[in-house]
Amino acid sequence: MSGAGPLLHLHDVSVALGGRTIWSDATFEIPMGAMVAIIGPNGSGKTTLLQLLLGLIPADSGSLEVLGATPRRGSSQIGYVPQNYTAANGEALRARDLVMLGLAGRRWGLRPTSPADRARVDDALRAVDAFEFSDRRMSELSGGQQQRVAIAQALVSDPAVLVLDEPLANLDLRNQREIVALLADLRASRAIGVLVVVHDLNPLLSVLTGAIYLLDGHAHYAGVDAVVSEELLTHLYGTRVRVVRTAQGDLFTRGG
Amino acid sequence: MSVLAAFQPDWLTVLQAGFMRNAFIAGSIVALASGLIGYFVIVRGSAFATHALAHIGFPGATGAVLVGAPITAGLLVFTLGGALAIGVLGKRAAEREVATGTVLAFATGLGILFGTLATRSANTVTNVLFGNLLAIAPDQLVVFGAFMLVLVVVLAAVYRPLLFASADPQVAEAKGVPVRALGVLFMVLLALVITMAVQVVGTLLLFGLVVTPAATAFMVTARPGAVLAVGSVVSLLSVWIGLVLSVMFNLPPSFFIISVATFAWLVTWGLTRRGRRGVSGSAGAAGAAATH
Repeated sequence: MSGAGPLLHLHDVSVALGGRTIWSDATFEIPMGAMVAIIGPNGSGKTTLLQLLLGLIPADSGSLEVLGATPRRGSSQIGYVPQNYTAANGEALRARDLVMLGLAGRRWGLRPTSPADRARVDDALRAVDAFEFSDRRMSELSGGQQQRVAIAQALVSDPAVLVLDEPLANLDLRNQREIVALLADLRASRAIGVLVVVHDLNPLLSVLTGAIYLLDGHAHYAGVDAVVSEELLTHLYGTRVRVVRTAQGDLFTRGG
Repeated sequence: MSVLAAFQPDWLTVLQAGFMRNAFIAGSIVALASGLIGYFVIVRGSAFATHALAHIGFPGATGAVLVGAPITAGLLVFTLGGALAIGVLGKRAAEREVATGTVLAFATGLGILFGTLATRSANTVTNVLFGNLLAIAPDQLVVFGAFMLVLVVVLAAVYRPLLFASADPQVAEAKGVPVRALGVLFMVLLALVITMAVQVVGTLLLFGLVVTPAATAFMVTARPGAVLAVGSVVSLLSVWIGLVLSVMFNLPPSFFIISVATFAWLVTWGLTRRGRRGVSGSAGAAGAAATH
């Protein structure tokens, strides 16, 4: 864990792809260990924000720090789970092989994996409840199981923050709930931050500390209470949204 | 049956001839090279690129005969060119069916033109299309040995990052692995293997030696080390048994090599099918990209 600086610090950041500004005026700071959703309409630049945080693209202007440092590709401080996570060929790899790549995939030369490496892989698999099916091929696993393996792979290098792109897409409600509970659990037990791109805030409302919302070409951050406002959500989704407060937490519904 | 009628009682004597020794050495090198590269071909889902490169090699080989250059040189130039094109354009571009199919058809047309201009006989063309393991010369063995050395040394150096980039390109990219450069490097290694394998089983049958044994191994196991071992053993046995059978019946080795490889693949498929259905049937193999 780096402990240096806040999880995210953005000052007047804008990004452009192919000369077109995707979003601008991003100025906010998110504390270490936060659990933050990234939300916005299709094409608003959510994945672009992730690419920026991963150091895959540069900011067009402004200053940006992740964990107190300028993002650079290949940081072991960030565990990344891409969208539609499926191995290129799920027939060809066992779950544990993929997790091992998260640890040893950058090693050049013929260096066999050590017992300590394998123990770390086992730990990561246990942490996401994937140990019992870790000898199976990825193609033999359900969508929820594959998602767990992907999280284990991101976790195995002991990152200070997990970054997930639409981890709930293509999952049924039960699996969505389980993945959300897993993320909240990992955040608490490992004292790590979690940044998660989602289409729908509802499944995450009870565990979030805040949200970055991308709207009208701007990126804003708000604590979770401020995000759950009918006015903002209505604007965000482009359709009338009502917030319902229940004993389990806030819930919002569309169209009402 | 004419195959049985062709049985050669003196086959043991023929096996000891010098050209047979060359054939066994060349065939073994190509079998081991196929076992190594075949693993990555399957993990990357690059079976079609393998097929395509073999066809692009055809005009290279016949063109070399036309200008009086060694066949290996012609094959290498054309497969490397094709490999770099596919590597730079990206796999997705290479899988645009109509464009690639058209290029391959044109390559085959050029191949037959060069072959006809070069010799006015069908021999060269037949040898390139179907291979001629029994005609491997000692100087070719030196080239094969050098190619094999390059393949082993480079794969040993890039094994893990290449596997990461192949299996999980998005995360590998974020982790700082040079995914694109490794993709081009892989295609270059594939071109080396194809340049050798064309001379053993020919462009038309190459798939059965370079890809099929690795696919057979993947049906048995998914442990990376075990797949490499099983794939290499299957392709070695295919070449050895194929060569012996070809001598016994005085028929082309390519036919027997590919037959053994295909037979092993079919039997393994039959034996593992029930077990795999039992496992993946309940789990609902979501998102499983088919290999073949």
